[in-house]
Amino acid sequence: MAPVAPRSGDAIFANVERVNAELFTLTYGAIVRQLLTDLEEVDEVNKQLDQMGYNIGVRLIDEFLAKSNVSRCVDFKETAEVIAKVGFKMFLGVTATVSNWDADGTTCSLILEDNPLVDFVELPDTCQGLYYCNILSGVVRGALEMVSMKTEVTWIRDMLRGDDVFELQLKLLKQVPEEYPYKDDE
Amino acid sequence: MQFFGGSEISPSPPPPTASGNNAHMLYVFNRNGVCLLYREWNRPLKTLNAQQDHKLMFGLLFSLKSLTAKMDPTSIEKGNLGVPQLPGQGCSFHSFRTNTYKLSFMESPSGIKIILVTHPRTGDLRDSLKYIYNLYVEYVVKNPLYSPGTPIKSELFNSTLDQYVRGLG
Repeated sequence: MAPVAPRSGDAIFANVERVNAELFTLTYGAIVRQLLTDLEEVDEVNKQLDQMGYNIGVRLIDEFLAKSNVSRCVDFKETAEVIAKVGFKMFLGVTATVSNWDADGTTCSLILEDNPLVDFVELPDTCQGLYYCNILSGVVRGALEMVSMKTEVTWIRDMLRGDDVFELQLKLLKQVPEEYPYKDDE
Repeated sequence: MQFFGGSEISPSPPPPTASGNNAHMLYVFNRNGVCLLYREWNRPLKTLNAQQDHKLMFGLLFSLKSLTAKMDPTSIEKGNLGVPQLPGQGCSFHSFRTNTYKLSFMESPSGIKIILVTHPRTGDLRDSLKYIYNLYVEYVVKNPLYSPGTPIKSELFNSTLDQYVRGLG
């Protein structure tokens, strides 16, 4: 049996059952709204969204791997491409482009021209420090951690703040190999 | 625009290759060596207690993975024996067979390991293991009451798994 090639984002997207994007967008909006009311501080909301995203990412990675037939995630460059082309397409219906690689190949940017999370959203003056889509950075960080990559994910550009695209910077901190979990004398 | 995955398990399970109960037992480990699940259908002889048994099995996988990578005649990049590898690095083994049983193994890049021990004459089970991974995603990972990294206690998952494994050749 030849190894199965990873499926393209479009193929998976075409196969899964989908729901209306507006439902998802509005639900996410309600979550952010509720967090703003509960936590009052914009920084706290950013932190909370990131944490929620992380918890999602930790689970989401298995669904992603099961459906996409991706069999290895060792090379960071390849991994970034897969997130942009397959991951974003599969879960959000959009594709991102990967650019701005640094010389070591450990930092890159995911550029999103279209982001379904921010449909119908305008950032009021009171929420200027808010990273509205911070859940996404948490998801990416959590998912990558499960495939042995410790990363730092930050928003560089945000359309809600007047930039022309969304830019998410991925920085690979280290790759953690699997440890043998038991001690010899146990 | 529409998106978001539904809960149907795709692809559909590979067709059973024979009838009868050929499966002995199944282990699921996560990347930290925690035994998430142990199922037993047909195991007449037990020599170790459960915890030792799981540890031994995990140790075997760990060593075999490192051995297969080291023995690989086609790849230049080889770690030293026993040096930890990233999941998906090096080449991995799929199964081994003895006189009395066959052990099939699958590891996802997230470090989930599925081990199925069956009758020695069972065919290639890679698709089946993949399907079991899909079951795990649908019934375990997507269950909000399940916290990642803890043993699985889902009746629904167990019964679906039993049913599927019973049809395996």
